[in-house]
Amino acid sequence: MADLKINFAGIRSPNPFWLASAPPTNSGAQIHRAFEAGWGGAVWKTIGPPVLNVSNRYGAWHYGGQRMLGINNVELISDRPLAVNLREIADVKRHWPDRAVIVSAMVESKPEAWHDIVRRIEDTGADGIELNYGCPHGMSERGMGAAVGQVPEYCERITGWVMDVARIPVIVKLTPNITNIVNPARAAVAARANALSLINTINSITAVDLDTLEISPNIGGKGGHGGYAGPAVKPIALNMLAALGADKIPLPISAMGGISTWRDAAEFLLLGAGSLQVCTAVMHHGYRIIEDLCDGLSNWMDAKGFATIADVSGKSLHRISDFQNFDLSFRAVARIDEAKCIQCNLCYVACNDTAHQCIDLVNNQGSVVQPYAYPPESNGKVEATTTRPRPVVREPDCVGCRLCFNVCPVERCIEMVEVPSGRAPVTWQQLVQTQPAVTENWDAMEEYRKKVGIDVH
Amino acid sequence: MKGLAEELAPLSTHEAAVEANRCLFCYDAPCTHACPTHIDIPRFIKKIATGNLMGSARTILEANLLGATCARVCPVQELCEGACVLGSEHKPISIGRLQRHAMDATHGQPLVKCAPPTTHKVAVVGSGPAGLSCAGELARRGHCVTIFEKRPLAGGLSTYGIISLREPIEASLDEVRLIESLGVRIETGVEVSGLDDLRQRFDAVFLAIGLGHSPALGIPGEEFIIDGLAFIEQSKLDPAGMKIGHHVVVIGAGNTAIDCATVAKRLGAKRLGAKRLGTGRVTLAYRRTEEEMRAYPHELEFIRKEGVEFRFSMTPESVVIERGEVIKLACQNGIIPADQIIKAIGQDNPPAFDLEVHRGFVKVNSDMETSLAGVFAGGDCIRTKNVASTVMAVQDGKLAAAAIHRHLENTHG
Repeated sequence: MADLKINFAGIRSPNPFWLASAPPTNSGAQIHRAFEAGWGGAVWKTIGPPVLNVSNRYGAWHYGGQRMLGINNVELISDRPLAVNLREIADVKRHWPDRAVIVSAMVESKPEAWHDIVRRIEDTGADGIELNYGCPHGMSERGMGAAVGQVPEYCERITGWVMDVARIPVIVKLTPNITNIVNPARAAVAARANALSLINTINSITAVDLDTLEISPNIGGKGGHGGYAGPAVKPIALNMLAALGADKIPLPISAMGGISTWRDAAEFLLLGAGSLQVCTAVMHHGYRIIEDLCDGLSNWMDAKGFATIADVSGKSLHRISDFQNFDLSFRAVARIDEAKCIQCNLCYVACNDTAHQCIDLVNNQGSVVQPYAYPPESNGKVEATTTRPRPVVREPDCVGCRLCFNVCPVERCIEMVEVPSGRAPVTWQQLVQTQPAVTENWDAMEEYRKKVGIDVH
Repeated sequence: MKGLAEELAPLSTHEAAVEANRCLFCYDAPCTHACPTHIDIPRFIKKIATGNLMGSARTILEANLLGATCARVCPVQELCEGACVLGSEHKPISIGRLQRHAMDATHGQPLVKCAPPTTHKVAVVGSGPAGLSCAGELARRGHCVTIFEKRPLAGGLSTYGIISLREPIEASLDEVRLIESLGVRIETGVEVSGLDDLRQRFDAVFLAIGLGHSPALGIPGEEFIIDGLAFIEQSKLDPAGMKIGHHVVVIGAGNTAIDCATVAKRLGAKRLGAKRLGTGRVTLAYRRTEEEMRAYPHELEFIRKEGVEFRFSMTPESVVIERGEVIKLACQNGIIPADQIIKAIGQDNPPAFDLEVHRGFVKVNSDMETSLAGVFAGGDCIRTKNVASTVMAVQDGKLAAAAIHRHLENTHG
């Protein structure tokens, strides 16, 4: 059985799953229950200066009957008194010595304020500190959260103040609301941070109410941007995680952003995460999801022969590259499994209207037919199902764009099959270096295509 | 025990949204092909999913003005739902119930637009589905249409012949009002006996006269047998006044026989003062074998669950009467105890108005025109092949309206 234990920048936990700093980690009573359910760690909801919250603070994006593909919030940091939080943190840690208790903090941008909060956190016996440089609403208007994370110099300076006094591991949490995530990460490295975490929530407005024309959620007639999270942000988070890996940032990374299942978790590990944080999925389904997160991950690791989390971490990172390094001679085509095809023809319309027009509708006699070709007097389930044309890929014309694969509702009905292109491997970068004219003018490009046998229809 | 209330409950907004979201939105969808009127089903279902119910209802009505009736009475298992691509591995989309949701939710709204009025006048004989469909489609094109209906209420079989479990009378009368709202005039209680007068007064005539009376069995005691369509008619107009036997025998095994058996079962034993409805015994007596039954499989399944019994190879020979009361039905292969006997053995050929006929039905060409120029026909009165059904009649009305429109433009400018 796979060993799920981690040692993340000196912080140990029995599994890599931590509750992210958010409403699920608002109080000691909640975290006791979460640890009973099996969570490996918890990042306490950010403590700091006094705040007041509003109602209707969580918005959500639903799609096609699926609830909460994305959640957005304008909830601030903990609205419970600092002393209460510190007392409960100490209590939780005393009861759960084997779990990771990390405290997220955010205070005014003054060295003494940061020194004070770091010392108070350390007095609780907590295992680590997470610096919240990400909160995109409310706190940023007061010069904290994203207001720090978006300016690498601030990030470096404040992290430096913290590192001057900290004796437990310090994690810098990055905001995604920035052009290049690498810059604040480098600033944290320069300031001697022990680890990074990402992503915090993304600036967002979820909806406008079509009856009242108010912003949804409606906060007393007003609304505004809030932090966006949940399954919908996963691809963005994966990209930012990979960007730090590709930049060879030399710190362990605690990753989050839409982790809902063990499958998501495994992907974040493969792209370099050392620990994983979860919020939205727990807010949707409760602490109980930890069971399958651990069980599924463990079973997958066993099946793949991974013994430890460290074995998995970063395993796919070397495959991250830029377009200029992709093999332009790599060729894949779509193949439709006739036995699995239910003839919904979604692939046909997607390809024909919006991709590269290389799927035909073919009737029982093998002839290509147009859609809606049946006579108006034809009806009934027998005629409709037995005379229905089926989609067939014209393989020589297929550019392998993969749109049909993406729209097909049947599992493994359409597969992208690698086929020989008959051309030697070459990248854009190599073309730039060896045949610059091809990359600069269309006549040379046309000539090159003719020479190597590339036909763009 | 359940009464005669509509069997399928309406979908709630949430149920409809969940079901609509299951639809894959197939392209050139097989459900649309399978529908005789070719309603763009994925389109109207997606509109339910997005909350555009007006658009959804209009999508349905574009292809089928009797969308509310068809949503209820269509044998969807044989048509749209039977062709659904999800049927092979999952449950097909409940297309009929979604269609009903869209139609009911927008009921009474101005959904259909008509072209500016023309000077052409068309007479439609019969206000059943074929007649209403044709009249409505012609009205859409701006023509002036009058329907002549011999019964006191319009709607034909939808009003009188479809049991309330499937379509309450209000649904049918609402649909009649929809057609009237397009400017169609309906004269009820008017029986048309010849075509000369109509041909003089109107530029074209459409016959949607349905079928004739029930044929006689020609057995002793036949006067004690109740006609199946009359039985269903009373169940719709006056269910409280119905007299149902303790042991009802229905002769026949078609869809009308099944409907009669359902009503008898649901209301059975009421006459005897039993506390609960539905405790009476109902038997279907069929002269042929089980394999030869013409009713839809899903309807047979339905009445089996209702507890209706079946007797096969039973050719009726006489009704046995004792002291003026029915006591049994004597058949070639046995005797069935009965205190009420209903026959549902089909209907005679339609009246032909001296028109050419084909196998007893009004003969029409590919334009639905009869042997008399300017006189068109559709619905059950022309249905020599295929299963007669509401939706086929609606499509006939639609095709005839298109042909009549062409005829009016060609002959009258």
